[in-house]
Amino acid sequence: MMAKVKVRIPAPLQKVTQNKQEVVAEAGNIKELIADLDKQFSGMKDRLLDESGKIRRFINFYVNDEDIRFLKQDETALSEGDEVSIIPAIAGGK
Amino acid sequence: MAFTNEQIDRYSRQIILPNVGGKGQEKILKAKVLVIGTGGLGAPCNFYLAAAGVGTIGIVDSDNVELNNLQRQILHTTESVGTPKVASGKARLKALNPDVNVVTHHLRLDSSNILDIIKEYDIVVDGSDNFPTRYLVNDACVIAKKPLVHAGIFRYDGQIMTIVPGVGPCYRCLFPEPPPPGAVPSCQEGGILGAVAGVLGVLQANEVLKFILGAGQLLAGRMLIFNALDSTFRTVKVPKDKDCPVCSDHPTITKLIDYQEFCSLKSKNDCSIK
Repeated sequence: MMAKVKVRIPAPLQKVTQNKQEVVAEAGNIKELIADLDKQFSGMKDRLLDESGKIRRFINFYVNDEDIRFLKQDETALSEGDEVSIIPAIAGGK
Repeated sequence: MAFTNEQIDRYSRQIILPNVGGKGQEKILKAKVLVIGTGGLGAPCNFYLAAAGVGTIGIVDSDNVELNNLQRQILHTTESVGTPKVASGKARLKALNPDVNVVTHHLRLDSSNILDIIKEYDIVVDGSDNFPTRYLVNDACVIAKKPLVHAGIFRYDGQIMTIVPGVGPCYRCLFPEPPPPGAVPSCQEGGILGAVAGVLGVLQANEVLKFILGAGQLLAGRMLIFNALDSTFRTVKVPKDKDCPVCSDHPTITKLIDYQEFCSLKSKNDCSIK
């Protein structure tokens, strides 16, 4: 089942989305969402996944307010209207 | 503890608050807080802690004040450019509130000195500006069981969470490993609006005061995310990771790591995830 979801893009990835901080994707789960984002915004996949195809350890995906690492990782299902947030570690403070 | 008339007057607006009172003010006056960094986050955080009367504030910074700091690092002044930030910070905090004992640590934290420094304090605030320090501070606080208020900022985004070792998740439960060198912006070269740093630094002070007072709910087990362009705050859940490399029952990291510094001026013009 494909679902239309809102995806919040963090500042360090907005270069890839032409400065959009919110985009829409259609996907049944997170893996498909990443594929759809990559189709819309070329290069997205390489930034989100490591060489082995796993989500990078300093980037988290949330469906609504839940971290997918504690759900079904990239198999976590999406429903119509869900909000997905991509949240990387950020270190600035100075 | 007997307050002086001046203290009663100075702190009157918070002493009258529920959750504070004379007892709470006494806790604040006896508290010892270490603030790492006197920059965008540390400056506003320090100001509010000193104003509230935190008895001992330790400030850590190895840098000197630069003119380009003053757009956000409000603890420092134009006259203090070129002088150590800890000296300039101490002078401003003492001017604001002579009650406060300001201890300066003019050094760069590493695995050899951090445990000795944090052991003197009740709670630690991370206002550093790079991943090696952030992971070092997290791991040291977990090992030493010191509560830690973490915050990070980048452009118009901010993140904050409070780590209570032994109780809730730590920073590695959230992000197990730092990004590899050069993968993620870890410095100010991406730009920052001073007010964004201010929002997060003041939220850190708020967490510290709640911790001291034992009031309300800390940002433990959840992360608050601020977006300055939308003026929105969101909260996401941060579960404790049963396989966390540092705070789980079977840690794989048992001693402190000095990660290499990977924010160099060479990466100045590219601050996106590569």
